[in-house]
Amino acid sequence: MNNDTVANILLTTILPGNFVLAMFLGMCPFLGVSQKLSTAVPMGIATAFVILVASLSAYFLNMLLVHYHLEFLSVITFITVIACAVQLVEMFVKKTFPELFRQLGIYLPLITTNCAVLGVALFQTARQYNFIQSLAYSIGGGIGFTLALILMAGLRERMQLSNVPTLVQGAAISVVLGGLLSLSFMGFAGIGGGE
Amino acid sequence: MSAPSSFDEFLDGIWKQNPIFVMVLGMCPTLAVTVSAINSISMGLATTFVLAASCLLVSLLRSAIPKQVRIASYIVIIATFVTVVDYAIQAISLDLYEALGAYIKLIVANCILLGRAEAHAAKNPPLPATLNAFGMGLGFTLGLLAIGSVREILGAGKLFGLSLFGPHFQPWVVMVLPPGGFFVLAGWLIVFAAFRHISIKRNAQLGGVQS
Repeated sequence: MNNDTVANILLTTILPGNFVLAMFLGMCPFLGVSQKLSTAVPMGIATAFVILVASLSAYFLNMLLVHYHLEFLSVITFITVIACAVQLVEMFVKKTFPELFRQLGIYLPLITTNCAVLGVALFQTARQYNFIQSLAYSIGGGIGFTLALILMAGLRERMQLSNVPTLVQGAAISVVLGGLLSLSFMGFAGIGGGE
Repeated sequence: MSAPSSFDEFLDGIWKQNPIFVMVLGMCPTLAVTVSAINSISMGLATTFVLAASCLLVSLLRSAIPKQVRIASYIVIIATFVTVVDYAIQAISLDLYEALGAYIKLIVANCILLGRAEAHAAKNPPLPATLNAFGMGLGFTLGLLAIGSVREILGAGKLFGLSLFGPHFQPWVVMVLPPGGFFVLAGWLIVFAAFRHISIKRNAQLGGVQS
């Protein structure tokens, strides 16, 4: 059993152990949907919601799997549950915010293959978190993901005004920005007990 | 126009459509496990196996899977092979299993796999589909190896665990930490962009001379 306190887990997953910048989970939306602040914010919130749902269902599913000694099915069951949760969010966004639905485009269904979502489910099982700890882990992960996405979007909006050399344009400059962000997040190391 | 031969499709994934440097897909394992060359190779080979096996199966079942549930079916197929690889690595080398951690299971969420299944394997007969997937997997492995060896050389002064520079080498530790992954990847992306730039220029010059 893991003894990390709730505050400890929350702070660690938001700052020094940020899902995107320290553990490299969810890189595709991080590089793909971070052009504008107006799409980065809802994308972050939608992903945070899916992470929460996936983490809660993964916790109970895992109890069930352990009970019947079916641990080898964990990957298959987790990914199926996540796909259902994403479908739910997609239907909700399409009904209530059709404009937003068009802007997010392909990236909304792609939350299914967002490593951050599956990562939460797998890591919380691997670290044997109890229910409250899993909850804190998923909430912290969601906030951390949204934070990274928003920071990145803000930086990239600024980049449009600056003169970038042709060779570095496109993916390369975004990756460099990600590296700088990640470097600055390393400065938070030690907050929340550290790892 | 003749159909591309199977061998061309195989080469496509290694160079022209390299998943990491040209299509910029599958970034999570690319950055997370490339702290050393040996980790990179094992991750690449594991992904290659899952990619080739699931593309073969998807291609065989392509007429049996209804269109509405195809994504879900692909994911279940991929997840099955990932579970196989996960247990195989655990049985072969426990050290490696601990080094790669949950990232083996996260192969399921690798965009390359679903992308290949949807864009190629679902529309082609088994042989070209598998060859293409195999090429893609090898291209991915080469990309990982390129990033992994640079990070290991700079960050630890070693390659495949062998010391390169002797005991007085001061390692550039940040390269094996998360930011280093971003910087090395950016460096390779710039190198590839430069290559493309040069070849475009040369083609333009040749075209100018001929006409």
